[in-house]
Amino acid sequence: MRIIVCVKQVPDPEVVQYRVDSSSKRLVREGVEVVLDPGDGVALEAALQLAEAVGDSTLTVVSMGPERAAEAVRRALAMGVALGASAGVLITDPALAGSDARGTAKALAAAIRMREFDLVFCATESTDGYTGMTPGMLAEMLNIPHLSFVRTLECNGRSVTARRVTERGYQVLEADLPALVTIASGSFEPRYPPLRGLMAAKRMQLETLDVAALGLDPEDVGTAGARERVVELQSAEARAAGQVVPDDGEGAARIADLLARVGAL
Amino acid sequence: MAENAVWVYGESRDGEPTAVTLELVSKAAELGDATVVFLGAGAEAAAEIAGRYGAAHALVDPNPSYDEHLALGAVDALHALVTERAPSLLLFGATYDSRDVASRLAARLDCGVVCNCTDVQREGEGYKMLTPWGGDAVAVCELHCAGVKLVLARAKAFAARESGGECRIERFEAQLGASARAVRIVDAVEEAAQGPSLSDAAVVVAGGRGLGKPESFDKVEELAALLGGAVGATRAVVDAGWRPFGEQIGQTGVTVKPSVYIACGISGAVQHLSGMKGSRTIIAINRDPDAPIFRSADLGVVGDVNTVLADLLAEIRTRRG
Repeated sequence: MRIIVCVKQVPDPEVVQYRVDSSSKRLVREGVEVVLDPGDGVALEAALQLAEAVGDSTLTVVSMGPERAAEAVRRALAMGVALGASAGVLITDPALAGSDARGTAKALAAAIRMREFDLVFCATESTDGYTGMTPGMLAEMLNIPHLSFVRTLECNGRSVTARRVTERGYQVLEADLPALVTIASGSFEPRYPPLRGLMAAKRMQLETLDVAALGLDPEDVGTAGARERVVELQSAEARAAGQVVPDDGEGAARIADLLARVGAL
Repeated sequence: MAENAVWVYGESRDGEPTAVTLELVSKAAELGDATVVFLGAGAEAAAEIAGRYGAAHALVDPNPSYDEHLALGAVDALHALVTERAPSLLLFGATYDSRDVASRLAARLDCGVVCNCTDVQREGEGYKMLTPWGGDAVAVCELHCAGVKLVLARAKAFAARESGGECRIERFEAQLGASARAVRIVDAVEEAAQGPSLSDAAVVVAGGRGLGKPESFDKVEELAALLGGAVGATRAVVDAGWRPFGEQIGQTGVTVKPSVYIACGISGAVQHLSGMKGSRTIIAINRDPDAPIFRSADLGVVGDVNTVLADLLAEIRTRRG
């Protein structure tokens, strides 16, 4: 099975509070710790377990971002070296900065079209932008079906069967390959990359692609091509300032008082 | 372009529009001339109800194929409709199904989508969309593309208002190609949940990473049961496999607006805050005094969450005798 996994490097959700630059109105990504998006770790694990189940697979990791996003690609490769994760692609070009979901999907689609594949894996959404639009757009641009919010999947080489999370339970879906799946957060527990994998991934040559190599018009992607524009930032309607108190042993009583006052006891 | 024609992609179940669909229909009626599109079985019955909430016009295609396949049939139908009739705005609820449809439709139209939208305002010839941005800001967004503007709006952002009107129902038959049947829904399984549903509960007790370990959720569950509420979770603990996806509150997952929200060991990431900020009373327990959740809280207790929870359970039991 020829598997492609799309990953993204994001500000570490465990340590940073996301800040927005007031002039560019974009997320501040400089000077913050960055990691492989935890949601992508889950999608990657789903891909690796599928590769284990069907055997004889290749796995390509594709990412778009600044040059340092190579670390996220290597991290992903390190998880999967033993299972055929052998190629990493980094799409990087200053012209891509400021891309919205459409611009990102265009770049990913152009890179993925350059190779043969059976199944593309994505997280349902990124942990920084969390709009969840890129995977569906990517599938549409690749002209393949997409199965979203997947929590388990099986594949027989011709078609994929998946359980999709719904508001009330789950659906069982079937589609022929090639297809794209998005993996619901928490559905798989990402393995820790083995030391051998980390070493091997460090030495791997990544393929880097810029806008020209992808055959994209620089005016159609990045800030220039973005359809979604932030025209103004306003302060959120602040709630009336509450009371924050240290727990001096009376914390629980104060909470109970408030619950009683609002009629919840 | 149709002057101020505001469309809603309706979702329904057994001929009943979903709650978010009616919220959007009422909002659409406020913005302009409201049209709702329903696809699949029960489309016509759903349209009649939507008429009472402000839809002036409904487009229905009751082809059962929409219910048997995922997303792509709806994309074909909407693409044909908006290309032919040129509405100015198309609103979707931020549900799993609508996210799939909106993202593919946007790509097919080569336009963008404003996501997580909490308000839409008419401004001159266009629209401005508001969406939470960073911790304490709201972004005013525009879509720079010709034709229809696509917006995914959060549940409970708008009020559904029954105005008692009636809508003109127009049947149409979309041309669905083979690709519309590419993803087959072969089964649908409902999983029974205990207690009140998370999205409707009057009290929500939610837990995050700060609880330290999955077992600490026992106390969260106990407190929720004592208060007749539901249990919620952050994305971080869902990702860690501590809690099921169905409990996730935030950008993905459930939006809640309970009377009381108790955040246990939750730092208050943006993606979480936007799913619960509308709660009437917010109580937060966290070790870190700088945790952003405290800025949204009516009462914040800085301390060990497991200790405070244990004390609180004992306190409530004592007061109730």
